[in-house]
Amino acid sequence: MSPEPAVHTLRERKVLDVSMLAPGGFGYRSLMWWGTLGIVLIEGTMFALVIGAYFYLRSRNAYWPPQNIAPPDLTWGTLNLFLLLASAVPNELAKKAAEKIDLRAVRIWLVVCLAFGVGFNVIRAVEFLHLNVTFSNDAYGSVVWTLLALHTVHIATDVVDTGVLTALMFKGPIEEKRFVDVEENAVYWYFVVFTWLPIYGVIYWAPRII
Amino acid sequence: MSEPDRELPPVVEDDAAMLERTWGDEPGIVGWITTTDHKRIGIRYLVTAFIFFLAGGVLAALMRYQLSRPENTFLSPDLYNQIFTTHGSNMMFLFAVPVTQALGIYFVPLMVGARSIAFPRLIAYSYWMYVGGGLMLWIPLFLNNGPDAGWFAYTPLSEILYSPMKRVDVWAQMITFTEVAALAIAVSLVTTVFKMRAPGMSLNRIPVFVWGMVVQSFMVIFAMPAVMIASTALILDRLVNTHFFDTERGGDPLLWQHLFWFFGHPEVYIIFIPGTALVSTFVTTFSRRHMFGYLAVVLSLVSTGFIGFGLWVHHMFATGIPQLGASFFTAASIIVAIPTGIQFFCWIATLWSGHPQLKTPLIWAMGFFWVFLIGGLTGVMLAAVPLDIQVHDTYFVVAHLHYVLIGGTVFPLFGAFYYWFPKFTGRMMNEKLGITSFILFFLGFNITFFPMHILGLHGMPRRIYTYLPETGWGTLNGLELIGVVLMTLGTLTFIVDAWMSLRAGVAAGNDPWLAGTLEWLTSSPPPAYNFLHPPTVAGREPVWDNPPDQPVVVGLRNDVRDVLVTHVMDGTPDHRTEFPDPSKWPLLTAMATSALFVGSIFTPRAVITCLLPLFVTMTGWFWPKKSGETGTQPWPIEHRTLPMPNEPPTGKAA
Repeated sequence: MSPEPAVHTLRERKVLDVSMLAPGGFGYRSLMWWGTLGIVLIEGTMFALVIGAYFYLRSRNAYWPPQNIAPPDLTWGTLNLFLLLASAVPNELAKKAAEKIDLRAVRIWLVVCLAFGVGFNVIRAVEFLHLNVTFSNDAYGSVVWTLLALHTVHIATDVVDTGVLTALMFKGPIEEKRFVDVEENAVYWYFVVFTWLPIYGVIYWAPRII
Repeated sequence: MSEPDRELPPVVEDDAAMLERTWGDEPGIVGWITTTDHKRIGIRYLVTAFIFFLAGGVLAALMRYQLSRPENTFLSPDLYNQIFTTHGSNMMFLFAVPVTQALGIYFVPLMVGARSIAFPRLIAYSYWMYVGGGLMLWIPLFLNNGPDAGWFAYTPLSEILYSPMKRVDVWAQMITFTEVAALAIAVSLVTTVFKMRAPGMSLNRIPVFVWGMVVQSFMVIFAMPAVMIASTALILDRLVNTHFFDTERGGDPLLWQHLFWFFGHPEVYIIFIPGTALVSTFVTTFSRRHMFGYLAVVLSLVSTGFIGFGLWVHHMFATGIPQLGASFFTAASIIVAIPTGIQFFCWIATLWSGHPQLKTPLIWAMGFFWVFLIGGLTGVMLAAVPLDIQVHDTYFVVAHLHYVLIGGTVFPLFGAFYYWFPKFTGRMMNEKLGITSFILFFLGFNITFFPMHILGLHGMPRRIYTYLPETGWGTLNGLELIGVVLMTLGTLTFIVDAWMSLRAGVAAGNDPWLAGTLEWLTSSPPPAYNFLHPPTVAGREPVWDNPPDQPVVVGLRNDVRDVLVTHVMDGTPDHRTEFPDPSKWPLLTAMATSALFVGSIFTPRAVITCLLPLFVTMTGWFWPKKSGETGTQPWPIEHRTLPMPNEPPTGKAA
């Protein structure tokens, strides 16, 4: 078997025989990676626009947060920051296991990721209670709630689709392309984790230090 | 060749029959609902968008009739508001963007030589969401609940205090429907172009039309989120009492304008970039030569895409923004004319140095030159702050935007119907009727819209349902009605031509125009699997440039939906991947999503309630078929690993 697609002649017609090519590929070779990239660009733009709206509204107000409103309590948001960052470890291990087509390790690390995911969704619920403002109080409250809710939609969705993927990896049928799905799921997980850094900074620190 | 499937009869089918079995849809209504064939969905999208074009045109005619003489009482002020809002929203969100994306759905995979579009089920889902958005706009109109705050729904008018009915909510969720649909197509098209091109199609051999769709898709990806965020914030203000746009509680109505125009200005380019790319296609084909300045044209499209994001504030000159800001956005608005100018010169050079054949598509392109040029020139005028403030909210702006949008998109689209009708149907359209419809439409268009420049300079404002005789605007408005009649006759001629040609047109063959791009290599209409032998390419216009012994691709399995994936930059073969079968889940998921969107305008609880059906349908979509069915047989043992990004194409060394 030759390592490259071979050009040879068949029935008097030159052909490019691709039959020996692998049935899939990881990373930016796969279609799924590009689809994930598209979603990341769309949702990243949404985050950026809401952050832009936050600072626009801030520029329109003399007091930010408004008088008599305390900035959000730091405890729970910061705890979630560390938890989200820590979830990068099982996430990376799940990605590496998928790239080695190691079904056993994939199952283990997906379950660990899932546990982290449930954890930060629970903490997120508590975070909402410690924002010290409601969405209907004023524009500050509206934009802070929207920003946090938008990120919450992402961590919730990510946990749900990791859950479905985990169920699939336990129940089968297992095909090679499922491992590509696990890898792309990990890429999206990274997106959700790392977008929390700027959003955390805006929600918790912008009212304090800027 | 693939090994015969265990279940197949011992007789070896030939390739075409087997591919037809693999890629074809089930017959009848089941196949109609479950299809993931990009050509069927593309046609469906085109026809639906054309119906919305006609419906929006009827609304326009009603408005022109109302305004054709002073103090007319044909339409009530309230109905007039609903009609102009629905007309604008319909033409932008249900016609212009979807119709160009529909051409992309149909032709991008064919023009890059692929057997399918990337993420075909997502395209099916997109279509159903689009239909949902159309119903969302039109059904309320007939229930006296059509949106009435303008297609840009400015706050504070659109806030609950001034618009207490459900009309603005309907508008806001119609936006969500159509943007979801458009974003899904954008992601599919980018992936198709980057990863599924025929071997040999390096970046510098991608057809100009395909480049146009890539630029449009990226603009959709970066612009549409802005209007989704804006309309969501608006609906939150209206329904759950947030205060984004409420000055009493720290909000700001101008935030709406920024978010809306950050989408709304790129939207203009989203609409006409495919139009200019279509014109490049016709000019190349009918000049019988390669595009003059291909690189310059492609870079013009790309730079228009970038600059298009730096202009949005020129819609807001009248809002009292700082002078420095105004100067910046004036400069950017003038700069964006440069890449379009470069394209004009390249078209002229191509025609000049070629052997132009005045077939109907090229004639529509000629109409485009005239109309779009005028629209572009008034655009440069409007970029100047003093002139903009003088004519702000007058008919001058209405004239400008119709010259740009109808010139930039509708003229090339009619050309595209004539150009590709043979590919859709296997039959030619009638040249004489085509030219007749062009003349009627072109004259009608200019008679309708050119006087609006003058009316605008005379001070006639937009969005008024009537005016007094003393204004002296009656004569030109009456003249415009004649233009409307001519445009209608032109459109009807086109419809008659299409209908007659569909039934009894001359057989077209594969390549009636002797064009050079890959869609002309396959039969008309193309089979479900697009190409019996997927092509490889040796030039920018493969039909013209490929030597007689240019290889074709073999070795793709024909018992499953096997497609070839290639490298982004040079289009060399990388791996194969198996595409999903037709499915009912895209429709069901779209229904669940629709229930959520529609329910959300009545109660926030609907959002929570509808999450369960959404979860069930999306899981059904993702979940593979049971083991043992087609497509889940194990691959040969040497492929038990998959290649990493930095490895050679065949995977890990054994």
